[in-house]
Amino acid sequence: MTMGKPSRRQFLKIMGATGAALLAGKKAAVANEGHKINNETIGMLYDATKCVGCKACMSACKRVNGDYGSLSYERAKFDTDGLWDAPEDLSGSTRTLIKLFKQSEQEWSYVKYSCMHCQKPSCVSVCPVAAMTRDPETGIVDYNKNTCIGCRYCQVACAFNIPKFQWEKAIPQIVKCDLCKNTNLPKKGISACAEVCPAGAIMFGKRKDLLEEAEKRLRENPGKYINHIYGANELGGTNHLYLASMQFNKLGLPTLKDEAPAEFSEKIQHTIYKGFIAPVALYSTLCFIALKNMKGHGEDEHDTKNDKGGHH
Amino acid sequence: MGHDEYQTHEAKILTPSFIVLLTLTLIGFALIILRFVKGIGTVSNMSDGYPWGIWITYDVATGTAIACGGYAMAILVYIRNRMHYHPMIRSAILTSMFGYGLAGFSVMVDLGRPWNAYNFFVPSKWQVNSAMFEVAVCVMAYTMVLIIEFLPAILTTLEKTEWKTLQHMLDLVYGRLGMERPERIGDRLDKVKELAAWARPRLDKVLIFVIVLGITLPTMHQSSLGSLLLIASTKLHPLWHTGFLPLLFLINCMYIGYSIAILESVISCYAFKRPFETKELSGMARIIPFLTVIWLSVVIGDLAWRGQLGTALSFNFYSCFFLLEFCLIAAGSLILFSKKKRESIRWLFVSAALIVFGGALYRFNVYLIGFNPGKGWHYFPALAELMVTVGIVAFEILGYQVLVKLLPVLPRLHTREQHAATHPLGEKA
Repeated sequence: MTMGKPSRRQFLKIMGATGAALLAGKKAAVANEGHKINNETIGMLYDATKCVGCKACMSACKRVNGDYGSLSYERAKFDTDGLWDAPEDLSGSTRTLIKLFKQSEQEWSYVKYSCMHCQKPSCVSVCPVAAMTRDPETGIVDYNKNTCIGCRYCQVACAFNIPKFQWEKAIPQIVKCDLCKNTNLPKKGISACAEVCPAGAIMFGKRKDLLEEAEKRLRENPGKYINHIYGANELGGTNHLYLASMQFNKLGLPTLKDEAPAEFSEKIQHTIYKGFIAPVALYSTLCFIALKNMKGHGEDEHDTKNDKGGHH
Repeated sequence: MGHDEYQTHEAKILTPSFIVLLTLTLIGFALIILRFVKGIGTVSNMSDGYPWGIWITYDVATGTAIACGGYAMAILVYIRNRMHYHPMIRSAILTSMFGYGLAGFSVMVDLGRPWNAYNFFVPSKWQVNSAMFEVAVCVMAYTMVLIIEFLPAILTTLEKTEWKTLQHMLDLVYGRLGMERPERIGDRLDKVKELAAWARPRLDKVLIFVIVLGITLPTMHQSSLGSLLLIASTKLHPLWHTGFLPLLFLINCMYIGYSIAILESVISCYAFKRPFETKELSGMARIIPFLTVIWLSVVIGDLAWRGQLGTALSFNFYSCFFLLEFCLIAAGSLILFSKKKRESIRWLFVSAALIVFGGALYRFNVYLIGFNPGKGWHYFPALAELMVTVGIVAFEILGYQVLVKLLPVLPRLHTREQHAATHPLGEKA
């Protein structure tokens, strides 16, 4: 009975101490967060109404990035001669992909998938060992297989399901577009897919120029497009932008909020761990209580002459 | 703490259950070898849509909660000052040690590029925004803490052992070789004994600081296990995706911790034919409903605040799993509110089991069942994938079974009676 009361009071003390630490952390965290879109970074504008579905971009991507990015050709079952590369989706062998969405004979659209190069990427926010990085200058979201531990948290985090894992390999890695950062870009100043597109469907450049061009197309062609630049604000903005004549969610581009999920999760994580104050406060408070309890118990047992082995 | 509070369970190691568990363990480990040779896709149904399967969901996210018995008991004994539970703590720590150690092992099986895991120790690679980083570092540290907490059991044994089996084996080997056994072996064994006798009281003195670390670390990483899914705002169903995930995971691991301590005690007393620890268990069971009521209130309050109560009662796929989880925990707690039922081993067992299942289902809901990456993705674990998990769990039980027969882990029977006498049941616990 006598032991119960002090311990409950001490419990309240811990709650108070950690609560205060949490509040202190929260203010500091809110003050230095909130990200801004950097329009000087580079990206791509894909215009689905211009795309002819020739897949030259897919072929160029594999040709250029095959060795560096660990890509390979995917054979179709019917293709016994192995003539074509026939990926069904983005995968551990394929960084970019053209798909056709057909609603009716009159209504259809191609769509190109590859990394969206978010302004506030979830994959970068969650990677425990900084294998996913975003270059603040170029805005390129890059992957380093020499650091990656293969935990696949980036896959869980990405709202676009872009990072892919090599499930069939003993030495697997994550595969995703890096805007030809180490291949075509340094050599030619443009990503391979944008370079080879014969229809002008992929425009490569600074985000501000891409946005300007997209707005111009929307303005000059009323009725041709859905009046929305996909990626302009989605999840805090992406550097891969889309124009299309069909609803974006039908093309496999999910309807998303403007807030980056990483803002939300980091806010909570920073609130708890800012300056490591809360864990230290918790540890010291618990030490204080535990030592006091041990001491009290020792005396108690000594008094009653009843210790069996006792303690220290 | 007094080391004669504990005793080694005297029984044969080679039992039928030992053989069964060993077989399952070996199957699991064979499949793990296959996974490393041929890739994760060979044994698992995980996909780019469901990159985390049963290994992360069960072995890591749920397994560590089930291994929270040591955490819950440490809070009870050292912070809430209920020293009369002290004799029960060592077996709780042993199961926690296995739970956490094997969760760490499962992670290494699940990681695609485990050889790069050293990056957790390279400060330039630390990514403190990542809940995964926090979980990984804390789980590694806590596993070390658990080993240190368990060390006294090993040291006591080293100190007292006569090395009979080892000496016998050495004699046999040297006999075969036709040589005399060198004197220095005996000396070395004595050295080990002396070292253990020297280390044990010194360890005892600082142990409390390690024990408190063993309370701080799970508080941190169990909440972070909830934080892990905060980022998946578009994939995790709104019934479970909330800013309260860290808090819910923390309370969840506490009530699972106390419930699993009850289950483990009942099961091991039954299996090892020891008297049930009814008094201690009913005292511990009193704490659980307080925790579950807080948890259930946060869940309901949060759903109401986010306007999702209608979703919860819509009886679709997600709603049914949510209601199942909710009802299991609520039912278990209701039973424990009754003093009479808390004093019956059968009801204690039933209610603790309901709460462990409900609490574990909550974690499954968050990591797998409520997780929907989009159209066209499906996941159900492959047989080989399940067998890896079964193998790891079998190894865990096997290890516990063997170690309680080798080391002083279980409460010594006579001290427990003494404790009962000095701390009558009327005292609140």
